[in-house]
Amino acid sequence: MSLGKIFGLYTLSFLGVTILIGIAEQLFGLPNRWIGWIFIGLSLGIYIVIGIITRTSNPDQYYVAGRGVPAVFNGMATGSDWMSAASFISMAGALSAQGFAGLAYVMGWTGGYLLLAVFLGPYLRQFGAYTIPDFLGARYGGNFARAIGVIAAIACSFTYLIAQVTGVGLIVSRFIGLPFEVGVFVGLIGVLFCSVLGGMRSVTWTQVAQYIILIVSYLVPVVYLSYQLFAIPIPELTYGRLLQTNNTKAIEITRDAREKETRALWAKEAEQANAKIKAGGVDEATAEKLKAAARLATQQATAPAASDDATVGRYLTVPSGVGMWNFLALTFCLMVGTAGLPHILTRYYTTPSVRQARTSVAWSLFFIFLLYFTAPAYAAFARFAIYARLVGTQIAELPSWITLWQPAGLFEVIDKNGDGVVQWADFVVKSTDFVVLSMPEVAGLPFVITGLVMAGGLAAALSTADGLLLTIANAFSHDLYYKVIDPQASLTKRLTITKILLVATALVAAWVATFRVAIIVELVAWAFSLAGASFFPALVMGIWWKRANKAGACAGMIAGLAVTAYYMIGSRFYDVSWFGTQTIASAVFGLPVGFLTIWIVSLLTEAPSQSVQDLVASVRYPQSGQAITNDPLGRGAPAGAR
Amino acid sequence: MADLTEEQRKSYWRYNIRLTATLLIIWFVVTYLISGLWAGWLNQFVFLGFPLGYYMAAQGSLAIFVIEIAVYAYLMNNLDRKYGINEGGEV
Repeated sequence: MSLGKIFGLYTLSFLGVTILIGIAEQLFGLPNRWIGWIFIGLSLGIYIVIGIITRTSNPDQYYVAGRGVPAVFNGMATGSDWMSAASFISMAGALSAQGFAGLAYVMGWTGGYLLLAVFLGPYLRQFGAYTIPDFLGARYGGNFARAIGVIAAIACSFTYLIAQVTGVGLIVSRFIGLPFEVGVFVGLIGVLFCSVLGGMRSVTWTQVAQYIILIVSYLVPVVYLSYQLFAIPIPELTYGRLLQTNNTKAIEITRDAREKETRALWAKEAEQANAKIKAGGVDEATAEKLKAAARLATQQATAPAASDDATVGRYLTVPSGVGMWNFLALTFCLMVGTAGLPHILTRYYTTPSVRQARTSVAWSLFFIFLLYFTAPAYAAFARFAIYARLVGTQIAELPSWITLWQPAGLFEVIDKNGDGVVQWADFVVKSTDFVVLSMPEVAGLPFVITGLVMAGGLAAALSTADGLLLTIANAFSHDLYYKVIDPQASLTKRLTITKILLVATALVAAWVATFRVAIIVELVAWAFSLAGASFFPALVMGIWWKRANKAGACAGMIAGLAVTAYYMIGSRFYDVSWFGTQTIASAVFGLPVGFLTIWIVSLLTEAPSQSVQDLVASVRYPQSGQAITNDPLGRGAPAGAR
Repeated sequence: MADLTEEQRKSYWRYNIRLTATLLIIWFVVTYLISGLWAGWLNQFVFLGFPLGYYMAAQGSLAIFVIEIAVYAYLMNNLDRKYGINEGGEV
């Protein structure tokens, strides 16, 4: 059976099972907890079965899926590898809160693929190694460049991995009521089965399966809402009118007398909290609590438009001055970060040819685009739901989705001025993650759709965790152990070490995640800047400039990382500020420094050897589906061209 | 690769550079000018009910990125065929 048929059949059966569960819910009143269990059990079961079917101990299969993944499927796999819990659960919510400024994420996380397509993807495929540090090692010679690559790859991937594991724990605990710590480990079973048994091969096919679940579950609620409101099931076309309606409402709310009264009460609360902090005499824990309370109160005291005479609310307002600089800088950092993340770059090693690598980047972005193109619509529908169905209702008659979701603690409705009517400022949002998760209930859909969305969120988190875990384990076992410590290691030994490392890394990540450190979410955003500033210049210069040499690349990676890390830590903790730039956009300084350093240091030192220059020339002209360098494992040409 | 003459290699690479540069210029204009610096001004126009600046940042730019990469893959793969570069792994 062809791959297309297999996955077509799989999609149909998945939809069929979802419909069956829906029927069971309607007819027999299947309890919500059961639906949660069925979805989690079913999806984990699928991933485990794929892991078992595709198990392998052939190194080419294990590291790069035999370089036999057709472009379309590699595109889907890259899509779910790329779209994490942040894209699936958090992005639409962040957009609904931030409006235009939040669009930096949508553009940054898609536009980066153009950089990847024209600067890196096809060339890395032509080079044909196993890992990104492999490329750095061969291009710049010696272990130093490789080692920096290993450190940067592990640093970016590990923080990112913890965030995914945290996401898995949250979903599992919220929907089937297991404690968070147990939920984390349940989720890991799904990840480990694939990566340990079949490496990249299993991970690839699992990711394809996960992509299908995540895209279906993302589109269903918002398509339904669009159909409900406008009788057109294409939310991307219809939400323009909602933006206008929302804007009118935002201005109304800004001018409304009772809203003003409520906002004034919040402003007073913020003032009081701040005064208490200033007065001192409170211990650190209390001070932190006061600060959080003040932040929340300030958020509630902010009107949805800048002033009474404004005609455009904050949601549609394009930032200016420093705000615009930060918008552009963040977009830029997310783009270069996207093109520099090792777990994404390695995916292009798995296609059968350079041509397929090019096509595959196009498919990747197309599959990612399906979700990102919908996210701003999701955000607008969520805003509309709150404006239209919550603001102005009686406190005693809250809509059902509010009462259903309030216990989850993501938002609260507080009647601040005690008039018994919900004002916009009475709706206290603690985490915008409720937007995607509660959308099925907002639309009045049965719980089975909530279960579907949950399975989608789980698929998004697990698929990214898979890719990251593999990248980390390979960096240790392939790049550090095999290439540096013991080049004589036998094949069996190397694969065994990889497998042990996979389990160990997963356990450590789960263990770290159980501490629930708040800074993790921030660290993930930092990973983009770190990847952008370290890998991007060294990879691009390595491919596009023959004269770039070892000294230049090493100095450039270190300088890029150092400047970025300096600005991150400085701006986050020590009030360093260059042009008012946000911490999360630190690579906007590190990246140019990285490029400049590679350029200057390379010119000051000796040109790379002729053989390296020939290597650079050879990656420019596709010639065969094989590796140009000696096969990193010292065997013949990769067997899996087909 | 051995099949390509020095001249062919030069013209192959020149085409690639030109295509890459063109795509990057479009990418830059769409992202940083149309969806960034000019978005406020563009918002006065309405497209499908959307303020145009918002539309470009939320939808238009994304669609343009997808088209750009597809065009790149199509043209470069055609170029390979034109130069008779045949990869072993072609399916």
